[in-house]
Amino acid sequence: MAKITASVYTSHVPAIGAALDLGKTTEPYWQPLFKGYDYSKQWMKDNKPDVIFLVYNDHATAFSLEMIPTFAIGCADSFTPADEGYGARPVPVVQGHPELASHIAQSVIQDDFDLTIVNRMDVDHGLTVPLSLMCGQPKAWPCPVIPFAVNVVQYPVPSGQRCFNLGKAIRKAVESYDEPLNVHIWGTGGMSHQLQGPRAGLINKDFDNAFLDKLISDPAAAAAIPHIDYVREAGSEGIELVMWLIARGAMADVNGGARPKVAHRFYHVPASNTAVGHLILENN
Amino acid sequence: MSLDKPYLDVPGTTIFDAEQSRKGYHLNQFCMSLMKAANRERFKAGERAYLDEWPMTEEQKKAVLARDLNWCISLGGNIYFLAKIGATDGKSFQQMAGSMTGMTEEEYRNMMIGGGRSANGNRVVGEDGDAQAHRQPQGKAGQKEKV
Repeated sequence: MAKITASVYTSHVPAIGAALDLGKTTEPYWQPLFKGYDYSKQWMKDNKPDVIFLVYNDHATAFSLEMIPTFAIGCADSFTPADEGYGARPVPVVQGHPELASHIAQSVIQDDFDLTIVNRMDVDHGLTVPLSLMCGQPKAWPCPVIPFAVNVVQYPVPSGQRCFNLGKAIRKAVESYDEPLNVHIWGTGGMSHQLQGPRAGLINKDFDNAFLDKLISDPAAAAAIPHIDYVREAGSEGIELVMWLIARGAMADVNGGARPKVAHRFYHVPASNTAVGHLILENN
Repeated sequence: MSLDKPYLDVPGTTIFDAEQSRKGYHLNQFCMSLMKAANRERFKAGERAYLDEWPMTEEQKKAVLARDLNWCISLGGNIYFLAKIGATDGKSFQQMAGSMTGMTEEEYRNMMIGGGRSANGNRVVGEDGDAQAHRQPQGKAGQKEKV
């Protein structure tokens, strides 16, 4: 049977992708940030998954206002890195895992989560920056990836509690897949940031670190945080953190198993407008 | 019964909800069209004529021509869509975000390097933080415009 062995959490700031693509990683501004991911790149080599289930959000790239799916699962063979207005990032095409993705869609929809099934979709920095941070700049990504896009652009976005419960359903779906695959689930976006209005540039280190603590040791409490707390404390775009709860809900301890091991924790301010947070949790 | 919108009293912040999205539909879809290189070229060659192809309000068109992102947002624009205009102009996301504060690019960048804007005083309208209405514009760029 397939198994979720670990979860990874990371911000997905577009400027990080640009810094990597333009060879700026050793500049004083960027060096401390990329250093925080040295451990993670080695960890990826030592704990190579067969499939990554990658929770992210689309930033008005694949989805305009014509259609706004709350949860969209990518079931295609492959996904092309998008041109977001600056030209596409020079990163490998993302290979999908249509069989596992379709299996998860069927199982999770039957558990009352109305996923939108997407068979053609370009993927933006929300998906490719986490891959770059965790894998560096390889010719091909180390394994297939199932893109899972969450609407966090048009309010209301799904609640933290709903995301957490969805994570549990995804875990159940993965564990009922016959092939013995090692699956990682990643939750991306955040941490505190606001990109609009006179309040742009808001950062809240206390909130972010309390969120990381809670996510590790009391995820049910993290799931109970209402939308308005993210907006007031972590900025209007800090609400992306609900996506981390999908990954956390898929971990063993939430579903009657042992507590996870914290393999890595990192926090840095700033990357462009944003606070960067990163965690790796391993199931025991 | 009216909808509960607890986010209306967050200072310096417009939440892109269904109502804003409805107001800004054509403005945001115009922005979306700039994802194609050919459209970016056509827009740059004649901004007003390009905007006139869209059923946007006159005020929305003016806000785009003025590159006033706060104005665009008040008319239903969303920052992830408006960012396509910035990309067309060759601006980074940090330059776009900073432009909404009244700070110069350098002032905004330094604020971020210094740890960003504090949430203190900026959680609820009526406090005294730097994002509150009575403290705008915040930096030299905005003050220059005012003179």
